[in-house]
Amino acid sequence: METTAATTIDPVEQPPRVNYLNREYGIKSWLLTKDHKRIALLYLGSVTLFFLLGGIYAMLIRLELLTPQGDLFQSHTYNKVFTQHGILMVFFFLIPAIPAVLGNFLVPMMIGAKDLAFPRINLLSWYIYVIGGIFTLWALVSGGVDTGWTFYTPFSTTYSNSFVILAGVGIFITGFSSILTGLNFIVTIHTMRAPGMTWFRMPLFLWSHYATSLIMILGTPVIAITVLLLAFERLAHVGIFDPTYGGDPILFQHLFWFYSHPAVYIMILPSMGVVSELVANFSRKNIFGYTFVAFSSIAIAVFGFLVWGHHMFVSGQSVYAGMVFSFLSFAVAIPSAIKVFNWTATLYKGSISYDTPMLYALAFIGLFLIGGMTGLFLAALGLDVHLTDTYFIVAHFHYVMVGGTLMGYLGGLHYWWPKITGRMYPEGWARFAALVIFVGFNLTFFPQFVAGYMGMPRRYHVYAPEFQVLNVMSTAGASILGVGMLIPMIYFIWSMRYGRIAAANPWRLPGLEWRTPSPPPTENFEVTPVVTWEAYEFAPPETTKVVGKVERDDKPDLPAALPT
Amino acid sequence: MAVSHVESHGAESALAHHFDNMEQQREAGSIGMWVFLVQEIMFFGALFLAYAIFRAKYPAAFAAASNHLDIKLGAVNTVVLIVSSLTMALAVYYAQTGVRRLQVLFLTITLLLGLTFLGIKAVEYQEKYVDNLIPGSLIPGHPFNPNLEEFRLPPEASVKNVEMFYWIYFAMTGLHALHMIIGVAILAYLIWKAWRGRYTPEYHAPVEISGLYWHFVDIVWIFLFPLLYLLGRHFGGGH
Amino acid sequence: MSEHIVSKKVYFVIFGALMVGTALTVLAAFQDLDHFFAGANTVLALTIAVIKATLVVLYFMHVRYSSRLTWVIVAAGIFWLAIMFVLTISDYLTRPNGLTPPG
Repeated sequence: METTAATTIDPVEQPPRVNYLNREYGIKSWLLTKDHKRIALLYLGSVTLFFLLGGIYAMLIRLELLTPQGDLFQSHTYNKVFTQHGILMVFFFLIPAIPAVLGNFLVPMMIGAKDLAFPRINLLSWYIYVIGGIFTLWALVSGGVDTGWTFYTPFSTTYSNSFVILAGVGIFITGFSSILTGLNFIVTIHTMRAPGMTWFRMPLFLWSHYATSLIMILGTPVIAITVLLLAFERLAHVGIFDPTYGGDPILFQHLFWFYSHPAVYIMILPSMGVVSELVANFSRKNIFGYTFVAFSSIAIAVFGFLVWGHHMFVSGQSVYAGMVFSFLSFAVAIPSAIKVFNWTATLYKGSISYDTPMLYALAFIGLFLIGGMTGLFLAALGLDVHLTDTYFIVAHFHYVMVGGTLMGYLGGLHYWWPKITGRMYPEGWARFAALVIFVGFNLTFFPQFVAGYMGMPRRYHVYAPEFQVLNVMSTAGASILGVGMLIPMIYFIWSMRYGRIAAANPWRLPGLEWRTPSPPPTENFEVTPVVTWEAYEFAPPETTKVVGKVERDDKPDLPAALPT
Repeated sequence: MAVSHVESHGAESALAHHFDNMEQQREAGSIGMWVFLVQEIMFFGALFLAYAIFRAKYPAAFAAASNHLDIKLGAVNTVVLIVSSLTMALAVYYAQTGVRRLQVLFLTITLLLGLTFLGIKAVEYQEKYVDNLIPGSLIPGHPFNPNLEEFRLPPEASVKNVEMFYWIYFAMTGLHALHMIIGVAILAYLIWKAWRGRYTPEYHAPVEISGLYWHFVDIVWIFLFPLLYLLGRHFGGGH
Repeated sequence: MSEHIVSKKVYFVIFGALMVGTALTVLAAFQDLDHFFAGANTVLALTIAVIKATLVVLYFMHVRYSSRLTWVIVAAGIFWLAIMFVLTISDYLTRPNGLTPPG
């Protein structure tokens, strides 16, 4: 086991017979586990389940929109379909996925700790997630919710006949799962870093999860109260959100978006953290501008709280507030751009290997760029008046959430799969699936930019005939995307039994998580490591051994190590 | 950062396996509670925001409704909570200095004061129920139906706005009371453990961090009391 | 971080201050201070409440003797609350009718 200060990569010997997966068997050992790695897998299972459900609703939407008429569903059914797609994807997949699966697994390992600060709270957060999910599913099977995942009032409080309170209770409960995860990460990163692991030696994955945790702690309680107020309003009809009684529907929107905008940064920041890892490691080069990238994560977390009014430009909010929010929304793009520039500079003159994780990272950079830039269009007040509630918005957020978050999630899953399971996934199939997903994704959502710009409104199950070609393209893309997403599900499961057994450090990288066996033992590190190297140290200047050099005949020798 | 050596203290080591030493564990617990309290600030804060906006929109109705609250019970409750904060701080003190008897005594007094607060709150709520001031038709058969002579509503205030006040009153004090109940439960657990001698000068972090929670709940009430009970008194109102 | 044990005397002094603050709040509530400026009663009540809360935070919750990290965490919480208030209320204040009551 590597515990010395050298940055050479000596592969750990044959993995010990006992690791966190086979140490104990039986359902109780999983359901009552305190091991962050097992909890990560519990989350993996449940998050995937909700993703599949949300995906089914997506297919129903695209099927309906094949034709301009409303032939598959009636309008109030269609309202339920897109609402439920949104609720399941946002609250039960996008927000928890990377932090709860990859974060839970890797945060302790990357800082050299045996577990998170509060293992039992970690397990509790999973149970809370599941219970919240059960309430939401109960709402779905009882008859569904039709208010849009945004629950705007007074429709949701007064006029909707659907199961708003039940869904709201589910979301309220699940919010606490998020809060507890964030709390755990913050305390762990502050107090449990291994000796020598200063803040600026931490991998960027940790910085982004720290920033994400800040948002989880500060934003989620507000949505909890908002949903509570919504539920009580539905029960009591006092009218705090109903203009007929002197209430203010905009107040609901302020409270709702105060969380829900930072929530999108909860979705993207962890993914950016993954991409930083992938870009540096698969270019075999230190990340360019480490400090800038680290601080940009914090900047996104802070600035992200100042821009929520850009969802409310046409709501009745004052024009002056709109101007302030518009200006701040332009500002929040800057730290994201800093990241993109730094990733690009990292790639430059790197020794790039196009393994599947890197393919997803590259896809992220391109697709997030498009999604982010279109966000700037929407930040401009005048443009937003034209584009709001059209398919342009739908395309924008799918580019950042699917083209961004999901790409990072898939890239990270592939990258750390050998560490998590001790098996390699099949590289050929994985690259093929990545390509299919990329093509399918763009075919699905790029036409939606055009349709939205031309005026096709969102949340309608009928549309003017001139949009049909674009919608057919979009549905075709969605089918391809769906198939592409199924392929990894199949081969990941296959690999757990039949995949090639992975070495401790299959990618031959310097990160602390790679200095444990694959899969790791329950306590991660037998002895707390002492860290004396930087996060992405690929070639120490003093040793002659070139670390991380890939034995390939067709590749020229690496240049001398870049200064860290 | 944390130094890698194991501390043991007696038969029952309080050091969890994933921490390197007690200091790290103590610091983690303390920061964990503070981060949780920050989350609570935002939780209650959103309700305070709703209160602020509606009070600014309907000052007359809010003042009239507020004057109908029982200021004596509210003030007594404020004193009860401040005393309980003192006794909680003393309980922590005696945990730090290792005086088991006084630890238990002050934790118990704090718990009793907390129950007193909840009892007085229950009396207040019961009065509201009798006066038909529970908003909406939350209680079947007792819809919101205030006795308008008692309220002396000025012309610009509507009954609907008075109902909004009570809505916010119940939401805020109800959420606060829920937190008190949780605090009381935590205290009961601490008393049991303290009685058994669990907390020593070397290990008393649970008492300390529970104290943080208790003081926070007190602080929320320090703001709730003037904002809910006192806002209209200078208009010459009274119960 | 070694633990600083706050003396009982400090606790009792702070307790006294809190009781005085409470009495002041109640008394001031019955005086009509609005002839100084509109909302003076509220400003005074909130000022006293903030002072009381600060005393509780600094002494009962030991923040006065805590690490810088604790200070930062507390400050962050208050700062974020301020963000939520300021930006939301700025919307209401800049509307045509503002926050003035109807009629």
